[in-house]
Amino acid sequence: MGHSMRGSGILSKFIIRRDIVRLLLWVVSISIVTLAVPPAFQELYPTQEQRNVMAETMRNPAMTAMVGPGNLEHYTLGAMTSHQMLLLTAVAVALMNILLAVRFTRAEEEAGITEMIRSLSVGRRAPLIAAMSVLVGLNLVLAIVTWLGLVSLGMEGMDSVGSLVYGLTLGGTGVFFAGVAVGCAQLAESARGATSLAMIILVISYMIRSAGDVSESVLSWFSPLGWVTFVQPFSDNNGWPIVCFVVSSVLLAWLAWSLQGRRDLGAGFIHTKPGRTHASAYLTNPLGLVLRLQRTGIIIWSIGMLVLGISYGSVLGDLESFFGGNELLKNMLAGNSNRPVAEQFLPMLMLVLAFIATIPGILAMHKIAGEEKNGRIDTILGRSISRVRLIGAYVFVAIMIGVVMNTLAAIGLWIASRNVMDEPLSLVIVFGASAVQLPAIAVMIGLSALFIGIAPRWSSLVWLYVLYSFVTLYLGSLFQVPEWATLLSPFGWVPEWPIESMNWIAEGSLLAITVIFLIIGMYGYRKRDIQ
Amino acid sequence: MPILEVKKMTKTFGKFKALNGVELEVRKGEVFGFIGPNGAGKSTTIRVLLGLLKRDAGTATIFGKDVWTDAVAIHRKIAYVPGDVNLWPNLTGGEVIDLFASLQGNVNAKRREELIAKFDLDPSKKCRTYSKGNRQKVALVAAFASDAELFILDEPTSGLDPLMERVFQQCVEEVKAEGKSVLLSSHILSEVERLCDRVGIIRQGVIVESGTLAELRHLTRTKLVVELNSPAKGLEEIEGVHELTKTGEGWSFQVDSGRIEAVMSYLSPFGIRKLESAPPTLEDLFMQHYGNVDGIAQEGAS
Repeated sequence: MGHSMRGSGILSKFIIRRDIVRLLLWVVSISIVTLAVPPAFQELYPTQEQRNVMAETMRNPAMTAMVGPGNLEHYTLGAMTSHQMLLLTAVAVALMNILLAVRFTRAEEEAGITEMIRSLSVGRRAPLIAAMSVLVGLNLVLAIVTWLGLVSLGMEGMDSVGSLVYGLTLGGTGVFFAGVAVGCAQLAESARGATSLAMIILVISYMIRSAGDVSESVLSWFSPLGWVTFVQPFSDNNGWPIVCFVVSSVLLAWLAWSLQGRRDLGAGFIHTKPGRTHASAYLTNPLGLVLRLQRTGIIIWSIGMLVLGISYGSVLGDLESFFGGNELLKNMLAGNSNRPVAEQFLPMLMLVLAFIATIPGILAMHKIAGEEKNGRIDTILGRSISRVRLIGAYVFVAIMIGVVMNTLAAIGLWIASRNVMDEPLSLVIVFGASAVQLPAIAVMIGLSALFIGIAPRWSSLVWLYVLYSFVTLYLGSLFQVPEWATLLSPFGWVPEWPIESMNWIAEGSLLAITVIFLIIGMYGYRKRDIQ
Repeated sequence: MPILEVKKMTKTFGKFKALNGVELEVRKGEVFGFIGPNGAGKSTTIRVLLGLLKRDAGTATIFGKDVWTDAVAIHRKIAYVPGDVNLWPNLTGGEVIDLFASLQGNVNAKRREELIAKFDLDPSKKCRTYSKGNRQKVALVAAFASDAELFILDEPTSGLDPLMERVFQQCVEEVKAEGKSVLLSSHILSEVERLCDRVGIIRQGVIVESGTLAELRHLTRTKLVVELNSPAKGLEEIEGVHELTKTGEGWSFQVDSGRIEAVMSYLSPFGIRKLESAPPTLEDLFMQHYGNVDGIAQEGAS
């Protein structure tokens, strides 16, 4: 056994030296989120009454499905933080561990680095042990930083024991999923396969927990993320789920250890099945290719947008009581008209959903620049496909994605609102409020195409513009940003229907601008050198 | 009329002059070897010919049509294989071959299967898992399965093993026999020597030499190894003798092609015991343009 571990110490140091920035970035960003939330909660809900109102809005199955059960009876700052933040942060920690674990193990093996290392005086299992020790250390650091950080905030209702339990829960989840990922790295034949497998386990854990938490059944016991929600730091401070994490992590690591000893370098236990030897009928033109290449992304975004819409819609039922107690959020509403609060709230919700729907649209447009950078565009344009036809396919797909994603979010919101509201919003109002955003989404995608056509090197600037729009519009109502600043963004011209009346001229102009952007972009793409 | 004709073509990137008046001509049914080291302008020339880059000056036509304005029409009858084949990691090799075929407009299913077998390619694997050589095979199968009139091959064999290189050479010979034309950019000089009818050497964006191998050889030197009965004095001072070295009993040197007769008549009085002559290889030609001028020793040029 000693032989097969030889060199793992040096390898651990090497991993840390090589990836120190990456490791720090993960720990720092996760800690920042954890430590920024309690002060924000205190700002938003300074009194216990306001927190009780918040607790009421949380009392619905959709919220339980999303963040798990919470101590809603004594909704202190600590209970609030662990209810709303712990599970989602734990998922982020799991993600970090999966990505890093596969990076340190299977990805290295795939790249041929492990082969060179193993040819030196290094044991067979040393890379695995090195990866696992680095990750255990990393999760420990994260747990300690979280613990000390939460204590140092000095918040009311957040004691040292609770903070320690909070930190250890995050660290425990992390080590567990590190174990899952190194196990998957033994099973799958590629880094991508290993990551996907571990991600599937993460998603299934989340779904089992959702179902278990909503039905209050024993189902949640079978999910590691269910254990996370059993801890309830700052309220119950259950220690046993953390013990579960430690024990099962040791088991998982042992499993990976023994699998590693049974396989050849580069081999796995799950074999990839042979793919198609011929292209399907769809994959015969640029449009088919663009859709095929983005298929997985489109599916994932679709599910995400639907879930996002549902989660937004599920809070609509409690809006009245919620806004009664929060002046700050009330200021963000469109106006003080006589409409129901849900309708007043709708334009703001739709704006946020539209911003998020813009992201996959722009990503889809930017894929053509990615293809160019990877040198794959030459082989297409070297065939009898005109550049306009090629970029046209990308524009079409990008705009369709924007429309579909925005609409899926609206569908989710409408479905959820029907279940939680006494007087549900009408279909026309929900989809109308969603559809008015589409021209602004189109302008953003048109702008991406414009950049790619005439100044591909600057194409990332679109993201800055999206960020600018988001800041001025979403936070603008809060910070009294001058109107002209919001009008610099296409979203600033979108009428806040149904609170405001419809503005066809603004919407038409946005579409006209999109068309102009697209024409210039496509013309430029036809004229310029391919990099 | 030539299939491909390039005249005084220039292309600059910022201040860098990548192509400086390139002249090229590929005739129907011939294999044209386009040689030069990395950075000489081979790939830039090819990318201009494919309409991916816009030339600054000069003319460039394929099938009599302008390569920039008529790119799509030209490409219907062109097959292109890049040196660095980048494929979509999540598509299989078979899917990519079919995609390329349909983007081209013509599919020869029978030939596709033949070529896949010949190149020993597994089309059911995702491109992610392919080595460089296998990715190149995908591009080569797609190219040779098409009924193109002109094949533009940019260092197509840089990742192939010797067996597959042989298969590639057979494919080139087959399309040549069908009267099709090939522009073969390469720095595997033995391959060019074997396949090509005419050769163009590019250096710093200029074609420095072009013609048939025989024509080029005429312009260069022949390598001679002689053993003499009595020592020849003053051989190094004879006009047209280069790279003179003493080898055991005799001498090894190079002679300008036009000076062979003069050198022979100088040597014969010393009694020639043994005489070996080797025609200059393409490598010699190449080194003459690169090695010498750039001050690199002519090692291995034999």
